[in-house]
Amino acid sequence: MSLHIQDLHATLENGTEILKGVNLDIPKGEVHAIMGPNGSGKSTLSKVIAGHESYIVTAGSVTQDGEEILGKGIDERSRGGIFLAFQYPSEVPGVSNANFIRAALQARLPKGEEIDAVAYYKNLYSKMDLLEMDRKFTARAVNEGFSGGEKKRNEILQMMMLEPEYCILDETDSGLDIDALKIVAKGVNAMRSPDRGMLLITHYQRLLDYIKPDYVHVMAEGRIVRSGGPELAHELEKDGYEFLKEPALA
Amino acid sequence: MLTTAPETPAYLPAWFAARQQSAWQRFLAIPAPKRGDETWRFSSIKQLDFSSFRKTPVSGANDLIARSTGLEAPAAKLVFVNDELVHVESRLPEGVICLPLAEALVSHSDLVQTHFMKQETRLGSAKFAALHEASLTNGLFVHVSDKVEVEGTIEVHHWIAGENTVIFPHTLVVTGKSSKVRVVDIFRSADDVAPGLAIAVNDLSAGQNSQLDYVAIQAFNEVTRVIQINETSAFRDASATGFILNTGASWARNETLSRLEGPGSRSDMLSVSIPAHEQEYDQRTFQHHVSEGAYSDLLYKNSLYDHARTIFSGLIFVDKDAHHTDAYQTCRNLLMSDTCEANSMPGLEINADQVKCSHGSTSSQISDEEIFYLRARGIDPVNARQLIARGFSVDVVERLKNNEVEELVLKFIDDKFAHISSRGA
Repeated sequence: MSLHIQDLHATLENGTEILKGVNLDIPKGEVHAIMGPNGSGKSTLSKVIAGHESYIVTAGSVTQDGEEILGKGIDERSRGGIFLAFQYPSEVPGVSNANFIRAALQARLPKGEEIDAVAYYKNLYSKMDLLEMDRKFTARAVNEGFSGGEKKRNEILQMMMLEPEYCILDETDSGLDIDALKIVAKGVNAMRSPDRGMLLITHYQRLLDYIKPDYVHVMAEGRIVRSGGPELAHELEKDGYEFLKEPALA
Repeated sequence: MLTTAPETPAYLPAWFAARQQSAWQRFLAIPAPKRGDETWRFSSIKQLDFSSFRKTPVSGANDLIARSTGLEAPAAKLVFVNDELVHVESRLPEGVICLPLAEALVSHSDLVQTHFMKQETRLGSAKFAALHEASLTNGLFVHVSDKVEVEGTIEVHHWIAGENTVIFPHTLVVTGKSSKVRVVDIFRSADDVAPGLAIAVNDLSAGQNSQLDYVAIQAFNEVTRVIQINETSAFRDASATGFILNTGASWARNETLSRLEGPGSRSDMLSVSIPAHEQEYDQRTFQHHVSEGAYSDLLYKNSLYDHARTIFSGLIFVDKDAHHTDAYQTCRNLLMSDTCEANSMPGLEINADQVKCSHGSTSSQISDEEIFYLRARGIDPVNARQLIARGFSVDVVERLKNNEVEELVLKFIDDKFAHISSRGA
């Protein structure tokens, strides 16, 4: 049971190749981190897995527990258990946070079935308490006027409410101060489970002090160029990505 | 209907009969709007051929009364079918007159005469205002005495029943000093297929320091045409809010004029329109600052689907003595298709000093990134677009500052979105 990425190639609409053969296996129960310099294709990988339509997959496959997902639409993949926490979440004016998450949950129910409002709010409030989010966030429009930290917390709140099988967190640590980072990490750690795989995409090692990955991968120029245990992150923190310039790396 | 003078019933006062006769003469004398008239720029003049419509007797009243659902517990509820009152209930406090106009013309003749259609119709439909005045047989008259505050809402249903039926709904609301009232008009058709015509006028007179809120929900079937003329006067320290929702009709023309008559007065002019298919909404507004130190704020939002078309033409007009005016005007269009068309003509004419005025109009589309975000949460593309379009309208609705009425308006908005998605958006 894993999210399996095999020889994935993807280009922009103009033909520029961004992903040049990514191989990665994220079994349920594990947390993987991808690190890498800017422009290495980390965010693109997350968007391609989520189904963003600006990228064209030219080769390879992404399977979820053995089933190919590349032919599926964005919303279908989400309902199927893939979750992407955005680096830059969109604002949705006029749509309250509570109604937005409810619509996302409603989309997962069979036609004609309605969400139990009382149970829903109870669940929502307990998750918000864990993320130390004020109750007023339920009535506020999605991400509108939110600070960077509030937006990221809101992404984790959505993840906790939707209970996906595979979570991809794209630069969730960017723009967070240390207190906000700890809270976000608390939410992510609470989601760790034998039934769930996670992929953290980050530029800095800092996040990994709070969310301990099982495996760390380094991405550069559209490929995974190195994989290792958590110690790899510390190595990178110390030595930077200089090694990428050296030849003959496994 | 356009060839014979309507007859005023004998039991109505002589002044009213005289007004109707002179209105009929005016209707005949005023030339029909034509292409090139400034007030009809971009309009579909062909919509103004009303020759096939006629007044029709009431039919199916009991069914329509049963379908006249709205607020849970309105302060009063009146149901009109083809301009005839078929149902009335009231829990209004003392000091409020809330009567069918035909009755008020008899029992409160002087009071009605003081306020009845006093403003000149200046936004293009003078001919049709005259036709309305000559032809109307009933309507609603509300008068709230000084210091009386009506807590609930007066809810009025107007139904068109029968093929090629014309109605002339009339709403006249007058508030005394430091009083408060809210009126909601809901316009609907008995069925989805019978063409109809409504030529409606509402006159709002907000007395000193009073609060007058008016909501018009236009949800006729899509083979009905509408001309709706809204006239508001706000006197010293009064606050008047007018809200128009357009979801129905094949063609609707709204002419909305607010006169700020006293210092400290305020007029909020609000509208949400959601045209789809071939629907066309033509909205003309006028913020007339007669007095100094008054405030007006207009916010119109249109979400256009399919081949829909909107026209917004708004003018802020500040008289030469109306110093310290605050006046704002915003029209925003959300284009939900590549084939819709939104025309905006904002305008400003300032003849006084020290005024704060702004006007703006924008048209935008939903960005791909926004859709990606909602879809990445599992929401399908049709629902994602509707959630965003609904959100686009919500801040206008929230300006009503009354949960029950906001919910009622949102229900009609949601019905419209459901209708759009059922036919494929």
